[in-house]
Amino acid sequence: MPDPLIRHTGIAAPLLIDNVDTDQIIPSREMKAVSRTGLAEGLFAGWRYRSPGSREPVPEFVLNRPGFERASVLIAGANFGCGSSREHAVWALAEFGFRVIIAESFNEIFHGNCLRNGVLPVVLKGVSDLRALGWDQATDLTIDLAQQTVERADQPGWQGEFDIDAYPKHLLLEGLDPIGLTLKSADVLDQFEQVDRVARPWVYKDYSAA
Amino acid sequence: MPTYFDALWDMHRIAAADEVYDLIAIDRVLLHERTGGVALKSLAEKGYSVKDPSRVFAIMDHIVSFREGRGRDEARSPGGETFITETRRMANDAGIHLIDTDNPAQGIVHVAAPEQGIALPGLSLVCPDSHTCSLGALGALAWGIGSSEAEHAVATGCLRVKKPKQMLVRVENELPDGVTAKDLALHLIATHGAAGGKRCAVEFAGPAIQVMTVEERLTLCNMAAEFGAFTAIIAPDEAVIAYVRGRPFSPDSKEAFLHWSKLATSESSGHDEIITIDARTVRPQITWGTSPEEALPLGMTVPATAKKAALDYMGLSVGEQIAGLPIDGAFIGSCTNGRLSDLQLAASVIRGRRVAPHVRAVCVPGSWSVRREAEALGLDRIFRDAGFTWGAPGCAMCFYAGGDTFAPGARVVSSTNRNFEGRQGPGVRTHLASPAVVAASAVAGVIADAQSLSVLGRVA
Ligand code: SF4
Repeated sequence: MPDPLIRHTGIAAPLLIDNVDTDQIIPSREMKAVSRTGLAEGLFAGWRYRSPGSREPVPEFVLNRPGFERASVLIAGANFGCGSSREHAVWALAEFGFRVIIAESFNEIFHGNCLRNGVLPVVLKGVSDLRALGWDQATDLTIDLAQQTVERADQPGWQGEFDIDAYPKHLLLEGLDPIGLTLKSADVLDQFEQVDRVARPWVYKDYSAA
Repeated sequence: MPTYFDALWDMHRIAAADEVYDLIAIDRVLLHERTGGVALKSLAEKGYSVKDPSRVFAIMDHIVSFREGRGRDEARSPGGETFITETRRMANDAGIHLIDTDNPAQGIVHVAAPEQGIALPGLSLVCPDSHTCSLGALGALAWGIGSSEAEHAVATGCLRVKKPKQMLVRVENELPDGVTAKDLALHLIATHGAAGGKRCAVEFAGPAIQVMTVEERLTLCNMAAEFGAFTAIIAPDEAVIAYVRGRPFSPDSKEAFLHWSKLATSESSGHDEIITIDARTVRPQITWGTSPEEALPLGMTVPATAKKAALDYMGLSVGEQIAGLPIDGAFIGSCTNGRLSDLQLAASVIRGRRVAPHVRAVCVPGSWSVRREAEALGLDRIFRDAGFTWGAPGCAMCFYAGGDTFAPGARVVSSTNRNFEGRQGPGVRTHLASPAVVAASAVAGVIADAQSLSVLGRVA
């Protein structure tokens, strides 16, 4: 289950390329098992390593540059996460340590996958060109989900704002996935079931012997 | 006045989750090996357990081999064995009901669930499969869901759902002889479009529905997935109650019988949309394009409005006669038309005849139960003698998963539900039709209706 995300401070890594698809985020050759873990190493493998299958780093790639190795906020271009709907893309980003992705825009399915997995997708209000904000030097960003604001350590006074729906905001603030959230209402579910067991007992009969 | 769907929704509504979503209690979750094993595994990895294993069922159907005498782990696609073995392992670990490849109850989930009494009137059922709407034919609140929703239903026994809008499709009068539920479904989709269902819960009602057998209703509701509906539903009647009683997972309780007969009430009203069809106007249908909405009565020509991409893929041109097109393959089976009455109908067409020499014809009963009943009636002999392959139950050639299928470019008449590009294999050209039309075409070697073989009448 994801950790709650109320206020997050971390280094911002710029990957200002448009239309980064999920196969670039996690190439299918890096998805070796029917599993949602063990994916961080394959994150951006095509850009991060010299050749397919190798683990020799490409020094220019942002996550290999000094100061950015422990980034937890990704700064991305337009239509981030397009292509195949594979949830592995978010699993890989989350396992690497990314908690927040700030992009010019997101693919819709990828956006939903982020929210289900404890990663906050942010589109800054009134900012159409993220490049213009300058990201070359590693800097700390603070994302306050409760206030829906973003602040930069290297530019005191600058503040960004973003929108988020009530339901995903609640999931992220509490560190819940949809299942965890529903199970919080366990007493409501149990109450319903107790009444229903009396009204429709045959529904709950165990037919294991059948 | 509330609709039948409203009544079921309220019966299962635990609470409002927020302004938009309701928490709906789920009575049964059905899984199959293509999506079910992954859902169970992902759940276990997240540290959640199955809430009530006795109400979760896994059935092997999608990837299993349809070869007569298949092995226990034999898949019809390369690498498919792991789906079978993983699902078996996960199902056993979780302690849910598993209907394995060698279980006498095995079959396509939407065929086996009614047969086994897993689907019942008034129950809420979900399955990570779009044709779960079939089960609305029994008066169940049943719909297809995604993989993460399946995990949610298994772990919590409920789903967070937005109540859909509702549509009534009222079918007046009766279908003419020789016209089937499949033809009615294709007629509806062709008339109102593949998105015509507008994400509604679609209730079928009217005189033509009342006289349908339960199997015909299952066929009709199955095709709601091709109509862009949230799901389909038919208020249960005496025919449904008679059908579900005495099945393995069906309750033998007076309370249940009373509950069902109360569900079987008069007409509902208050739908957001209404479509009326005069059943007398429906003719045997055939699709010519790559969407189920591209269907016409047999005997018509490819319309001038046809899209170029569909024509190119199907190797057709505007104005071309559809009946009489030479075919290479014929497939009878699937959750749409793989039940006993479908095989009886097809057998009545091919009895004493032979499949045209250049046609590869395959019949795969939807379940072992269907297959056993068909064999008891001698239908297997009729199919085999005519030159059909008689397969072991499963989804078989309904969708391509790698492995054995028809050749690229092959023209195939199929009793299934999807004619999308590549659905039955790379380059395979699928024409959807009723089992009667598939059987007649297999014999004629060209697209043909049963009447043109001078075989008449609906199945007894
Ligand atoms: S028979 Fe075809 S449509 Fe039905 S469940 Fe199987 S693959 Fe899906």
